Amino acid sequence: MADFLQFLFSGITVGATYALVGLGFAIIYNASHVINFAQGEFVMLGGMGSVFLVDIGLPLPAAIPLAVIATMAVGVALEKMAIEPARNASVVSLIIITIGASIFLRGSAEVAWGRNFHSMAPFTGSAPIDIGGAALLPQSLWVLGGAILAVLALKYFFGRTRTGKAMQASAFNAYAARLVGIDQRFVLLLSFALSGLFGAVAGILIAPISLTYSGVGVMLGLKGFCAAILGGMGNPFGAIMGGLLLGVSEAITAGYISSAYKDAVAFLIILLVLFFLPSGLFGKRRTERV
Amino acid sequence: MIINTIKGLAAAISMAALALGISVTASPQPAEAGDTVKIGSFLAVTGGAAFLGDPEKRTLEMYVEKINAEGGVNGKQIELILYDSATNPKNAVTFAKRLIQQDEVDIIVGGTTTGETMAAIKEVEGAGVPFISLAGAGVIINPVKKWVFKTPHTDGMAVQKIFLDMTARGLSKVGLLSGSGGFDKSCRGNAQALAPKIGVTIVADETHGKGDTDMTVQITKIKTAGADAFLYCGFGAPTSIAAKNFKQLGMTMPHYQTHGSASMRFVNGADGAAEGVRLPAAALLVVDQLPASHPQKKVGSDYKAMYESKTGDSISTFGGHAYDGLMIAVQAIERAGSTDKAAVLAEIEKTANFVGVDGIFTMSASDHLGLNMDSFVMVEVSNGGWKLLK
Repeated sequence: MADFLQFLFSGITVGATYALVGLGFAIIYNASHVINFAQGEFVMLGGMGSVFLVDIGLPLPAAIPLAVIATMAVGVALEKMAIEPARNASVVSLIIITIGASIFLRGSAEVAWGRNFHSMAPFTGSAPIDIGGAALLPQSLWVLGGAILAVLALKYFFGRTRTGKAMQASAFNAYAARLVGIDQRFVLLLSFALSGLFGAVAGILIAPISLTYSGVGVMLGLKGFCAAILGGMGNPFGAIMGGLLLGVSEAITAGYISSAYKDAVAFLIILLVLFFLPSGLFGKRRTERV
Repeated sequence: MIINTIKGLAAAISMAALALGISVTASPQPAEAGDTVKIGSFLAVTGGAAFLGDPEKRTLEMYVEKINAEGGVNGKQIELILYDSATNPKNAVTFAKRLIQQDEVDIIVGGTTTGETMAAIKEVEGAGVPFISLAGAGVIINPVKKWVFKTPHTDGMAVQKIFLDMTARGLSKVGLLSGSGGFDKSCRGNAQALAPKIGVTIVADETHGKGDTDMTVQITKIKTAGADAFLYCGFGAPTSIAAKNFKQLGMTMPHYQTHGSASMRFVNGADGAAEGVRLPAAALLVVDQLPASHPQKKVGSDYKAMYESKTGDSISTFGGHAYDGLMIAVQAIERAGSTDKAAVLAEIEKTANFVGVDGIFTMSASDHLGLNMDSFVMVEVSNGGWKLLK
């Protein structure tokens, strides 16, 4: 039983990480139907940025907001300099641009901060919490709490605020949204800023667990993307559930079957879900009107 | 507008390519062809093994500069041609080809990881260029390949050292955790092969994936399997994560890692959780604690002083592999009096009692490593530093 609980905790820790990364994918997809493959690099920038700012002597509470703002600025710059000039291009071209941007960001980080990995102190100590014989790190609760808070904030933003509703409207029908006076450029810009925000927050929250280095975003980005797909692309709540499901199924597979097949089983689940529910577990069932 | 965008994109891509390391480092004074000794290298300066490749690159550059400033080798300046293989065996093959065919190098010192080295071996063997690898696995030199040498201890030697230390402490049930990299797999294979010979049993054999951020599941299984010692095979960030998870689960059994963790990065990254971890390493790591009479004391201290003053970074054993590789190459070229490849090969095989950072090398036609177990020491992490175990 203690083992099962431990596997579950491990799955939740990892799953919450995937969920937070997946959120960023969902937001940009919502606004533009672009899948931003530089999302993993936003995660890296948040973590590396904070570590760097702490290194040059800033206290952690000051370093974190600065790193978040800087990552948002990178998101905005990416949109302004790479996505916006090509906005008449097809969605596929835009996705390719984001892949290029991710390589560029990773390379720049390597040049600026070196290639070594760095650690960050956990926010509230590293003494594990013992629950039924299984150990859970306080930092895992931070990650999980961050993910839940992020979803609530997004729910409020998209459901209650004018700007959020404008973004939803643009996602639903960009042409009609433009006709009623919603500035499409602003919506896209905002979505990149938001995904920079959530990416950076994810990177900072998980840095004490995963450590941080210039390539940390590569696998996390991929897993976060899977989480977003699994939950239904464009649905922030779905991204959270998708991430947790992915993390827990990985942990249970590693625990009861074999750690060698951990990733294989996770991807098998994704394939099965997409086969039977092409729009993901919580995605909108779309009906095309002809 | 669109053309501008395309131009901008092209510029961005080429910048990214540049940043990713299709960068070429040449010696400060590139002399004319024929006037220089060309030493080629491909290293994992970026990617998963960057924390091995980066100190190797700095070491090569720093010592080539030093040798050139002191008059070069056989009166010729050394030209270092270095490519970043980005921890990717495919790139390693491409760069090995380029070094041989285009740059026409006299010798290759490089190949940070076992995967990259093994991928490039076919090229160097086909072309007949001496190649001193900086990678760990024993498979590189065993069986012996005519043109291939290496400087680091093999992972087989590391595992042997660890198992011997375990049996000396009365431990016999090993819980093994390894990653998915070439080094990890080779280390795991060695552990499986050596365990029955030394008299230990592997009671749990767990693995983790690339980029994994949590290994508590695997370590829990090792705990349940009744292991009395834990061994982690791998390098990079996972070494620290394994140590953290190990402590998180409140485990108290002796914890071993390999020389893949022989870097302060491992200790600092683990945030205190590395205390008490034992690993085998080259004596360089604890050079300050060596007695003055130790034969490697001087070479180790000199290298440490030079590396730390030039880079401002703490020392790791990986740069030491590059130092030994470069010195063995340079001395062989000196003894051969030319860069004739067959003559240089013969001279590398005659390397005898060369006191390097990794140990004292005595190579032969049948031993392309030339190190024995004596030059390997066991160290323990203590107070955030390394402690030499007697």
